[in-house]
Amino acid sequence: MELVLGKITINKISFGSQTKVKDGTLFINRDELMSHVAIDERLDSIDLQLARPGESLRIIPVKDVIEPRVKVDGAGGIFPGFLSDVKQVGNGRTHVLKGTAVVTCGRIAGFQEGLIDMSGPAADYSPFSQLNNIVLVLEPKEGITRHEHEEALRIAGLRAAAYLGEAGKDQTPDETTRYSLIPITAHANNLPKVAYVKMLLSEGLLHDTYLYGVDVKQILPTLIHPNEGMDGAIVSGNCVSACDKHTTYHHQNDPVVEDLYRRNGKDLHFVGMIVSNVNVRLADKERSAEYAAKLVGLLGVDGAVITEEGFGNPDTDLMMLCKKIETLGVKTVLITDEYAGSDGLSQSLADGTPEATAVVSVGNANVILELPAMERVIGHLESVEVIAGGFSGGLRPDGSIAVELQVVMGATCQLGFSSLAARAR
Amino acid sequence: MKKIRVVHYINQFFAQIGAEDKAHVPPEIKKGALGPGILLQQLLGNNAEVVATVFCGDNYYAEKSEVASREIVTMVAKYQPDILIAGPAFNAGRYGIACSGVCHAVANKLSIPVITGMFKENPGIEIGRGLYIIETANSAAKMKDALTMIVRLALKLVNNEEIGAPEEEGYFPRGIRENYFAEKIGAVRAVDMLLLKLAGEPYKTEYPIPSFDRVPPSPPVIGLKNQKIAIVTSGGIVPKGNPDRIESSSASKFGEYSLAGLDKLTAASHETAHGGYDPVYANQDPNRVLPVDVLRQLEREGVIGKLHELYYATVGNGTSVANAKKFGAEIATRLKKAAVSAVILTST
Repeated sequence: MELVLGKITINKISFGSQTKVKDGTLFINRDELMSHVAIDERLDSIDLQLARPGESLRIIPVKDVIEPRVKVDGAGGIFPGFLSDVKQVGNGRTHVLKGTAVVTCGRIAGFQEGLIDMSGPAADYSPFSQLNNIVLVLEPKEGITRHEHEEALRIAGLRAAAYLGEAGKDQTPDETTRYSLIPITAHANNLPKVAYVKMLLSEGLLHDTYLYGVDVKQILPTLIHPNEGMDGAIVSGNCVSACDKHTTYHHQNDPVVEDLYRRNGKDLHFVGMIVSNVNVRLADKERSAEYAAKLVGLLGVDGAVITEEGFGNPDTDLMMLCKKIETLGVKTVLITDEYAGSDGLSQSLADGTPEATAVVSVGNANVILELPAMERVIGHLESVEVIAGGFSGGLRPDGSIAVELQVVMGATCQLGFSSLAARAR
Repeated sequence: MKKIRVVHYINQFFAQIGAEDKAHVPPEIKKGALGPGILLQQLLGNNAEVVATVFCGDNYYAEKSEVASREIVTMVAKYQPDILIAGPAFNAGRYGIACSGVCHAVANKLSIPVITGMFKENPGIEIGRGLYIIETANSAAKMKDALTMIVRLALKLVNNEEIGAPEEEGYFPRGIRENYFAEKIGAVRAVDMLLLKLAGEPYKTEYPIPSFDRVPPSPPVIGLKNQKIAIVTSGGIVPKGNPDRIESSSASKFGEYSLAGLDKLTAASHETAHGGYDPVYANQDPNRVLPVDVLRQLEREGVIGKLHELYYATVGNGTSVANAKKFGAEIATRLKKAAVSAVILTST
C-alpha cells in the first residue's frame, strides 16, 4: 500500500463566487457550501464564518476540527463509511488543503466542547489557532436528542470538509510525500521493529470514535494500515475534554505515524498500527487490552508507542496495555497528559503500573489560563462556564475569561501533536 | 539599588541559646544575623542583608506548631523581608519539620518566597511538599556548602529568575508539575525515548508513575437491619439547579443535601452536574446514579435499619486526587459524627 499525499498550501481564505484554489487562496462559494450542509433536517440553522490566525476572535463551543482532503487517485473516497463507500483507503493519491480546517461549533452537545482563540495566550496552546478556519455554526432543531445532535454536527463537518477538499483535486501540490510500509518479510537488517498502538475513546455517551463508520465500542482491537487514517478512516464523534480529545484533524494528521514513517528504514522498522478502544466496563477493558497485546505479539515487534485518548477512566486502559505488552517482552513508551491540579501538586493520573517506566507527558491540563476578551466571538461565550475545564465565575462582564487549559482545543493532545510538556519542579 | 531584605529562621541550638534543655523556648526575633546567619550574610554579599533572625525552641514548635507559626509570622512581618531563609536543618528532624512549617506559614501569609535546606531523610521534607528545600549533607559540618546552594537559589527566587530543574539547582523535587514548551513535539520525544529504551541506553521518563495506595475493602457489615446507611456519590447528582455550583470538571467542593421526606429522586427534583458523561439518562432518572428509590424500599422492607437523611455529592471528573482525598476525609468525619455505620459509594 502506498499513498502519495499532495499538500496544497493555503495562506488565505475568502468568500468568492466559485469554490476554488488560486495562488494559495481558498475561495469559498458560501451558498454552495451551506447547501451541502443544509440537507440534514435535524439542523435548524447554519451559519458560516471565517477565522484567520491573528484575529481577535474566540470560537466556542467547538466540537470537531476536520481537514479538507480529496481522493485524487486510488480506491475509495474520503471518510469511508460516512460519505464514501466502505472501500479500503490509504492507497493512491490524496490532496490536502494544508493550513485550513473546518471547525464545527454551535449550541453545546455534550459538556465537553472546547475553545479556539485566534490570537492571545490560548493561541500558543492550540494548533488550530494557526489555521485558516472555516467555522460552521450549527444549531439543532428543538426536540432532537443529544445523540442526534452530536451526529448531525459530526456529519455536517465531514460534508463541509469533503466539499472544500474537492477544490484541491486538480491543483498541483506544493509538496508531496510518499507513505508506504516495508513488508514485514523484507525487514532484513537489525533495526528494531516498532508498532504503534492507538487508543480510541469509545465510552459511549458522546465519547465515541468511528472506524470506517463502525462505532469502535463494538470492535475488538484491530490492525490497520497507518495510511488509512490519512484518508479519513477514523472519525471523531467525541465530546470528551477539548484539550485531549483526538479531533478528526488529529486522526488525519497523526504525528506518531508521521514520525515513525520519517525514521522508517533508518532508525527503526515501522511494522504497523493497532487501534484499540476504551470502553467503560472492566471486562471490556481487559478483553481489549489482552487482544491488542496479542496483536502486538503476533507482529513480533521489539517496541511499541502507546497513545491515550481522554483521561481518568482511560488511564486504566493505558496501564493495562502497557503491562500486558511489556509482559510479552516488548518495550513500550506511553504518551499521556496530566491532571495534577491547578497548582500542579496533585497526583497526575488515575492509575499506574510499575511497567510504565517510559512516559512522555504532554502537559498538565488543570493549569488556569487568564484569557483577554476578544473583539469577536463565534458561537456561545456563556458556555465557557459549563464546558469541562470551565467554572462558575470564569466569564467576566468585560468578556475576559479564566479557564483551565483543558478547554483549549488540542492543547494536550496525547498523540504528541504539540511541544507542550510537563516536568517536575 | 535597594538591598534585598532577608529574615533567617533557626532553632534554639543554632541561636546559641542552649541545646535540649532550651528546646521549649518560645519564638523570639533579633535584629541582624546570628549563628549560621553570619556565614549566610557573607555568602549573600553586598546586595542582600540579613535584617533579622527569628528563632524558636524545637519542642515549642513541635508541640504548638500552629500558635508558633502565627507568632513567627507576626514577628517576621514587621521586618518586611523579601525572602525568608530557614535552617538548614540537616538531619535534625524536629528542626526540619519546624523549617518546613515556618516556610509554609510565611509563604501563605506574607506571599514572599521562602527556602530551606535539609538532609534527604529529614521528615521535614514530607511536610514541605511544594517548598524549595535544598538537599544538604547530614550534619552541620557542611554548613558552607549548604548555605552556598541555598543562597544561589534564594537570590534567583527573589529576583524572579527562571528556576532550573531540581537536579540543576540542588533542591528536592517539590511534587509540583509545571508545564513548559519542549524543543520537540511529544510524538518525536516518544519515538526518541523508545529508541533509547530499545538500545538499552539511559532515558528519562517525563512522568515517574507514583505508587498507588490501595485501600483494602472493609469486612462485610453484620446485621444490616440495625444499621444506618448513607449514600455518597462522585456522579454529580445534586438538587435541581446545582445550588452549590459544583463544577462539571475539576470539582473544588462537595455538597451536603437532605433526603428527608424524599421517597425517590425525580427529574424535577435532581440532576447531575457531572461533565464527564452523557447526562441524559442520569437526568431522566437520577436514582440511576444515586439509588434513593431502592434504598427507601429496603428501608421499608426492614433490610436496612435506616437511610441516613443527608447525602454527599461531588463530581469525579478531572478532579484532582488531592481534592478527592480532602473531600473524602471531611465527608467521613461528618458521617462518623452522625453515627452512620456503612456507606454506599456510587460513581458513574
